[in-house]
Amino acid sequence: MEAIKKEYWKDKANKALGISPEDARITKSYLIVAFAAILVGGLLGLLQGMNRAGILELPVWLNYYKVLTAHGLLLVVVLSAFFTIGYFYAGLSHSLGGLLPKVRKMAWIGFWMKIFGFVLAVIPILQGDASVMYTFYPPMAAAPMFYIGLVFIVLGVWMLAFGAFINVANWRKNHKGQHIPISFFAMGVFVLLFFGSLPVAIEVLYIIPWAFGWIETINVMVSRTLFWAFGHTLVNIWYMTAISAWYVFVPKIIDGRRWSDLLTRIVVIALVIMNITGGFHHQIIDPGISESVKYMHVFMSLAIGFPSLMTAYAMFAVFEKTARKKGGRGLVGWYKKLPWGDVRFLAPFIAMAAFIPAGAGGIVQSTNQLNQVAHNTMWVVGHFHLTLGMTVVMTFFGVSYWLVPYVSGRVLTKEINKLGVIQTIVWTIGMVLMSGAMHWVGLLGSPRRTSYSTYFDNATALSWDPYLFFLAIGGTLLMIGVLLQVYAVFHMMFLAPKGETEFPVADVEEDATPTPMWTERWGLWIVLMIGLVSMAYVIPLVDFIVNAPPGSPPFKTW
Amino acid sequence: MHKAEKIWLTLSFGMIIGFMLITGYQAFAKDMGPPSYGERIDPQNVDETAPFDNPGVKQIGENEYEVIMTLQIFSFTPNKIEVPAGSTVHFTMTSKDVTHGFQVADTNINAMVMPGYISKITQTFDEPGEYLVLCNEYCGSGHQLMGTTITVK
Repeated sequence: MEAIKKEYWKDKANKALGISPEDARITKSYLIVAFAAILVGGLLGLLQGMNRAGILELPVWLNYYKVLTAHGLLLVVVLSAFFTIGYFYAGLSHSLGGLLPKVRKMAWIGFWMKIFGFVLAVIPILQGDASVMYTFYPPMAAAPMFYIGLVFIVLGVWMLAFGAFINVANWRKNHKGQHIPISFFAMGVFVLLFFGSLPVAIEVLYIIPWAFGWIETINVMVSRTLFWAFGHTLVNIWYMTAISAWYVFVPKIIDGRRWSDLLTRIVVIALVIMNITGGFHHQIIDPGISESVKYMHVFMSLAIGFPSLMTAYAMFAVFEKTARKKGGRGLVGWYKKLPWGDVRFLAPFIAMAAFIPAGAGGIVQSTNQLNQVAHNTMWVVGHFHLTLGMTVVMTFFGVSYWLVPYVSGRVLTKEINKLGVIQTIVWTIGMVLMSGAMHWVGLLGSPRRTSYSTYFDNATALSWDPYLFFLAIGGTLLMIGVLLQVYAVFHMMFLAPKGETEFPVADVEEDATPTPMWTERWGLWIVLMIGLVSMAYVIPLVDFIVNAPPGSPPFKTW
Repeated sequence: MHKAEKIWLTLSFGMIIGFMLITGYQAFAKDMGPPSYGERIDPQNVDETAPFDNPGVKQIGENEYEVIMTLQIFSFTPNKIEVPAGSTVHFTMTSKDVTHGFQVADTNINAMVMPGYISKITQTFDEPGEYLVLCNEYCGSGHQLMGTTITVK
């Protein structure tokens, strides 16, 4: 009890003092990069949508595949990573009483390593020497500089991960027996970022000598498998970042209480343990993997659905309870009591709602036979625009309306809130139209990652055109959404009136039972995760290496 | 934990397990599993390796055909395949360069075709018509042109 009281006072002190300028500068820099990435990445996305709708022919110097590679890298890697890090570092700074000077230094070193890495990776993309997509499957080989850039990005991410571990460990040593919700999510995310990027780091280190020509051939299947052990973990890391905001901050914004801390932690632990193995469902129709291994992996992928279904219950329970406390009535009539005009609630709420079809679509496409129908079609593109483009990014947008003023020492004005509500609506309509059309045309057979093509005026391909037109309409709305959002962030960062913005961590229920200490046993969770990853990957990887076919030389096919 | 939540989680768990059981039944009892053939090949000597030294369409039974196919940037060999309606076609494929995808619109044919591996997939074409075949894994600057047709008469 004493500890809780002390914690409460420290919290008050933190709130009064706000974030220290040094810590604020870290988060501000990360957020500026993130929103610059969405501005450029969004514009590239619009170009693709226009091309795919058949209304814009891209010039040779700005070829579709170059644009697509840059779009993927900017949005999947830059936007998400920089937002996640800026957000969690602000959370750590707030809840752990400021970042340690050493950790601050690590955050800056990591920042510049990543920027340096991106510059190295982007130069060959612009020169047309790395149109390999963000998946860079060998034996397509980009210029070596592209891969060297990726190494720096991964090293930068590790720097940030270890910075977070050091800060949390230090705090725990001095605050035995206490629990902090946001740092628990941060631990989960950074543990996954580290372990999830290990396989891709190994892959890239193995590609570099091959790209230079020092070794002649590469094992195509091993590199592909290592990539997906990372690739799918990555998207789930962004998803976990989004749900951290749902569990920790959204309840405060609607004047409610947090969901049970224990159940929240079980969701985090389950996501950390079960995540990495999910990547294998990207290889369900690959040759060289037996059906029984694939079936085991379907199970491992679907297992991630369970914590998501726990989250779905938790969120709606929090909403209902809060709304009823405010006098909401009826079976569903209580929804009227929720603050729909507050963008900090509206955006993450729509993000959650989008995850209902998005999660269901994910279950569909990670299942053996159904994957065969959807694999590499536009369906998949529709799926990750629903998950990343709506569930994750709209949560990030919603968070920006309090996180940006918090770090800039300003306030969210009524006008910007209104702009945010409009932005949320524009974004929702744009994404629903675009991703809906993508899902549908994917089922009809239209492939992903392909510039506009009628396949020599084939009737089937021509019949896709009306659906593909929605990519241009959706893309245009989304570009308007990007401009509104970037303006809002710019305003809150530099123009809004000065003032105090709260860091809105919700409290637990008054009658909440204390969180058991066993949830903090990160060593055990990591061991379990490694155990599960080994179960999933040792057999296929050993098979790919021991029974490897002769390797492949590098190809530049663009 | 609230009783309603216990019910919800039990249903969730049951749903996922049910999904798995149906998938498993279809894959193993009904033989509807995804293409998973395991044989390896030297990707740099595809043209010299049987059966790919002689790609083409071969009739192997009544209403049964085998297609030996190589995929390379940005084409299928053989292309413009023709089979009678009602035929069961067994595709045996490999790639001579980068990773390709083999997809036939309006069917469930969808397989990755990778250098070093042989992919196999079977389909019965009951409906006459012209089926669009396309590569659905990005393979280079001409990827959007990598298409052909299967005509079922």
